[in-house]
Amino acid sequence: MSKKTLFDKVWDSHVVSSIENGPQILYIDKHLIHEVTSPQAFNELEDRGIPVFRPNQIVATADHNTPTLNQDQPVRDKLSRQQLEQLSKNCKKNNITLYELGHKYNGIVHVMAPELGVTQPGLTMVCGDSHTSTHGAFGAIAFGIGTSQVAQVFASQCLLLKKPKSLRVSVNGKLKNGVLPKDVILYIISKLGTNSGTGYFCEYAGNVFEEMSMEGRMTVCNMSIEMGARGGMIAPDETTFEYVKGRKFAPQGGEFEKKVAYWKTLPTDEGAQFDKEYSFDAEDIEPMITYGTNPGMGIKISENIPVDENPSFKKSLAYMNFEAGESLINKPINFVFIGSCTNSRIEDFRVAAEYIKGKKKAKNVTAWLVPGSKQVEAQIIEEGLKTVFDEAGFELRQPGCSACLAMNDDKIPQGEYCVSTSNRNFEGRQGQGSRTILASPLVAAATAVEGKIIDISKHLN
Amino acid sequence: MEKFTTLQSRAIPLHIENVDTDQIIPARFLKATDRKGFGDNVFRDWRYHKDGTANSDFVLNNSKYSGSILVAGDNFGCGSSREHAAWAITDYGFKVVVSSFFADIFKGNALNNGLLPVQVSKQFLSDLFQQLESNPYTELEVNLENQTISVENSDLSEDFEIDAYKKTCMINGYDDIDYLVNNKEQIEAFEAQKIY
Repeated sequence: MSKKTLFDKVWDSHVVSSIENGPQILYIDKHLIHEVTSPQAFNELEDRGIPVFRPNQIVATADHNTPTLNQDQPVRDKLSRQQLEQLSKNCKKNNITLYELGHKYNGIVHVMAPELGVTQPGLTMVCGDSHTSTHGAFGAIAFGIGTSQVAQVFASQCLLLKKPKSLRVSVNGKLKNGVLPKDVILYIISKLGTNSGTGYFCEYAGNVFEEMSMEGRMTVCNMSIEMGARGGMIAPDETTFEYVKGRKFAPQGGEFEKKVAYWKTLPTDEGAQFDKEYSFDAEDIEPMITYGTNPGMGIKISENIPVDENPSFKKSLAYMNFEAGESLINKPINFVFIGSCTNSRIEDFRVAAEYIKGKKKAKNVTAWLVPGSKQVEAQIIEEGLKTVFDEAGFELRQPGCSACLAMNDDKIPQGEYCVSTSNRNFEGRQGQGSRTILASPLVAAATAVEGKIIDISKHLN
Repeated sequence: MEKFTTLQSRAIPLHIENVDTDQIIPARFLKATDRKGFGDNVFRDWRYHKDGTANSDFVLNNSKYSGSILVAGDNFGCGSSREHAAWAITDYGFKVVVSSFFADIFKGNALNNGLLPVQVSKQFLSDLFQQLESNPYTELEVNLENQTISVENSDLSEDFEIDAYKKTCMINGYDDIDYLVNNKEQIEAFEAQKIY
């Protein structure tokens, strides 16, 4: 029998048929939707008179365009309110389960779906959002799609796709103190660049990922798209099974055991071939930070910004108002954001709280903490983390995508720097003229306390 | 979807690498629930200053340039999966985007909207930028049937790749929904005997 990768096994088991010299029909198990990329797809189906094929395989949430304050009150922005109403109307009409604003299961689509056990190993999952790659942490094939494809999945529960090539990134060794999953993925992207993964699905392998929690694995897989890869995957193991077990939509009882037996067959066979392989030494990774306007422009926090004559590189530094060759240590920072589908799970807030405990945020800093879901929010309160944040002067808000893409009112002002645990540092991503510096929740927390960027590795040792 | 066979047009050079979909259409314009009108805000924060006045340094505001072909730097369309980016570009009037590399999701979105992504070599792209920057009135021809892109009155010409299925769709104006819905029986049969 030929040796297969994790990706091959999941993909091949979902191929309905293949068009000669063309794409394959790939079956999609779970379709996640939200208010921003679904309305045009519903309209298209309605215009064509096509019904939603499998409404019970769709789960909806409101997250991108929701306020993070006063969620119990009507949404003030008219266009946002209409978009949310449209989602409710479309879901109701088509019998789709929706966890709308305020519901105890509401949250960022890539936080709430794993929490509810919708995400499981061996499944194919899609969503009109590029960070759908997050769910690959469970050994699922999960990827972002455009709205035309959302309509295709509504209509047929399938997509027409060419099988991507395979890539494996291995990281082995012992991570240094203060190095978090976010640093690992920022390090990988800084080494490989923003388009190295285009056309590929990436498997992350090695003891570093094996030893990570599910939350950490989700952070890593989440940012696969930032190196161009449509998706990232990590082999399911006991950590995965333990996480899924008992969740609302997880298989129950004997069915769960049967599934586990199947999930255990999914990891990449010894000797299976990848189209491209990279490996890194865990010891070389340090707390990371970005200095430019794409996630590949990252350095170790202790390093200086590189020198490069490329005009796009220079344009990027000019936007950030940084000089080539300078260090970012001691740069004053007025905004800190801990949140987004990359880093808004309970573990992220635990890391932040542990550092913040007994300290106060610097006076110049506005520090927003935005949980990924209602469940995370509840857990923050239950574990007493909210008290730590309140005492330190951090502002705990209500769940949503928030300042990661600044569709709502959570915007960073023009010209201001924000040390952010989100995933993209594109020009204006967090508000017109805002300047984003990507980092881990630990670096973000430390920045908020100091009011400037510090070399966290020195502080911990 | 509109059919695409050949296009002769002038082109607009956007000489920037890694143009992400947040630049093509910033998130604050994604509140609309239909596909129309996004062209008004395409490249909004490069086209306009914060006070709403046009940025004369940006190529779309340079009256010397016009046409329905956008020529852009490497890794065009990276970032978010928002199809609004493809809608904004087509709504503005572009029918072709030329680059040396396209991000996956953007490329798929473009093809699903009758916007042809033409991937050329780095050398060809560099020559093309040079040509457009020295003569803004340069005409290009994109022939989908033959899979060629050429600069009129010059030797500059190159073949480009496109998936055979997608090529047929573009030429005939078909989209994937038609194909999938017509295969529903096969899909139901698959569901009945799933192995996982």
